Amino acid sequence: MKLLGEHLLDEEHVMIRETARRFAETEIKPNAMQWEEAGSYPRELHRIAADTGLLGVGFPEELGGAGGGALHLVMCVEGLMRGGSTGVTVGLGTHQIALPPLLHIGSREQQQRFIPAVLRGEKLAALAVTEPGAGSDVAGTRTRARRDGDHYVVEGEKLYISGGTRADELMTLVRTGDDPHGGLTFLLIPRASEGVQVSAPLRKTGWWASDTAEIRFDQVRVPVERRIGPEGAAFLALMRNFQMERISLAAYGVATAAIALEEAMRWSRERRAFGRPLTGFQVTRHRIADMATTVESARVFTLTVAAALDRGEYRVREVSMAKNIAARAAVEVTHEAVQLFGGLGYMRETLVERLSRDARLLPIGGGTEEIMKEIIARELDLRGASR
Amino acid sequence: MKILAMVKRVVDPEVKVKLTGDAQLDPSILDYKLNYFDEYSVEEAVRLKESGAASEIVVVCIGSGDAQKEIRTALAMGADRGILVETDEADRLDSLTKAKLLAKVVEREEPGMVLMGKLAVDSESNAVGQMLAALTGFAQGTFAFKCEVDGDTVTVGREVDGGTSDVKLTLPAVVTADLRLNEPRYASLPGIMKAKKKPLEVIDPDDLDADIDLDEPAIEILGYELPPQREAGEIVDSVDALIDRLKNKAKVL
Repeated sequence: MKLLGEHLLDEEHVMIRETARRFAETEIKPNAMQWEEAGSYPRELHRIAADTGLLGVGFPEELGGAGGGALHLVMCVEGLMRGGSTGVTVGLGTHQIALPPLLHIGSREQQQRFIPAVLRGEKLAALAVTEPGAGSDVAGTRTRARRDGDHYVVEGEKLYISGGTRADELMTLVRTGDDPHGGLTFLLIPRASEGVQVSAPLRKTGWWASDTAEIRFDQVRVPVERRIGPEGAAFLALMRNFQMERISLAAYGVATAAIALEEAMRWSRERRAFGRPLTGFQVTRHRIADMATTVESARVFTLTVAAALDRGEYRVREVSMAKNIAARAAVEVTHEAVQLFGGLGYMRETLVERLSRDARLLPIGGGTEEIMKEIIARELDLRGASR
Repeated sequence: MKILAMVKRVVDPEVKVKLTGDAQLDPSILDYKLNYFDEYSVEEAVRLKESGAASEIVVVCIGSGDAQKEIRTALAMGADRGILVETDEADRLDSLTKAKLLAKVVEREEPGMVLMGKLAVDSESNAVGQMLAALTGFAQGTFAFKCEVDGDTVTVGREVDGGTSDVKLTLPAVVTADLRLNEPRYASLPGIMKAKKKPLEVIDPDDLDADIDLDEPAIEILGYELPPQREAGEIVDSVDALIDRLKNKAKVL
């Protein structure tokens, strides 16, 4: 069925989605179950994805990227999710949050040195910001970098780092000064550095195929030329990518909900109970009608906001809304889909079971639902809202 | 060698079409795609170019302005430029009229080879390739699962009833693609971005001076109807019952 939001897309967007979908259906889908259960996928997949150019969305052509903006990224996620594995899609995209500081405040030389290799799928990059004592509250970052000649010496701990167990480069947020925000700096630390201790992949509710790490930095010496931008510039650089990260998380939500809806519809037509298909019951039809309403409204809203970002508009409020609407849609629709599948929906063999676990992170990761609400409230000029 | 790849914009076969009250296709749910078989021919053309056997690939389409999307898709796969013979009446042009229009494009472009799908998945006529070969005097190799160029010849492996056969043709030739010819690539993102900048020429069919009458198309579309609903099958419990049903219900015995 042709969906309502399609009018916001041009032929380039549609082609990108098609390329991502075909890549996902050829390379991911046949292996999704196995990779999810194994908690990992072959590193080689990055190279194959790079050949299609999918890793380069949002990066300039002179750095080996494919260009494009928010809608391109949304299309990419929509297409890749057709592989049926949030974990793999996330794993292929960790550089989308790890590399932007290089784009925003890195030197030309640093960009040339680090970005093309990642976009070619040869190197993997991860963003290391969250700490045991600092999640949404980035100002609470305690990992310290002390200057020692032409090196920094890094001491501290990072947690829940997506792609962290096998990333070659860690875009690491460190404290070089005491100012809560102005004292934060990015260092690009090779995982192979002496003193970097990476845990085994953490065991999670969902996103199994994507590895998540706990990383300790024990007196790690990092050359000064691996500092990205000046000291104290990290917080703003981090903020600058929030809108893209959140609109792409909204896309994950929309895709998760849309696939769960399709699965639920297929199942409800096939499955018979009390002498008729599930769709023969009004309660099923109404449930699916609600699910479809949720999916379509989340999708139209997300695409509309992405298109506005691509026109260069300031849409912090709406991006935060999109993230919440879509994350909520994913949680609700996957919940309903599992309910329609009944016992089978609780079995690991079904896609809706996996999606329902994967969806749970969406209101948490990349800025929690509560933080989004604070931002929306602030943008609405509500008194008492933070900052 | 220059290759012309003929492509068609068709209703996405995966879309479940709906009809409007006046028996027309409901446009609100229609989606269009590059005809599957033409994807194989474009892919083959790109491979011939990559192997050095071809130097330029020109994508040709007869269709409405919207068909630029399908041409761009082929350009994104690796073709060099596009030609759209623009008409809003493409659905009303019969195979021979289309072949005559394409023959004029062939006359203008003088390709060494024309590659096209063996049929379009909407009309399923399987006729334009053969007619085009006849009109241009080109050799023809149809239902190709293999297409090997060697100097001024091409060897086409064909799928025929009961097996396969090879024909060796002297170029120029028309080759129509079957399913097993290759595995079409999906366009890469750099390919998609580059496709935007590749030249796409729009031609008025009247300017081609073909021996056709576009004001009186041979096809008039009176309306569409969905195939009749199939009745549920029946499981019989004996051979006698089966024969009885075949005789008295299906009336085939």
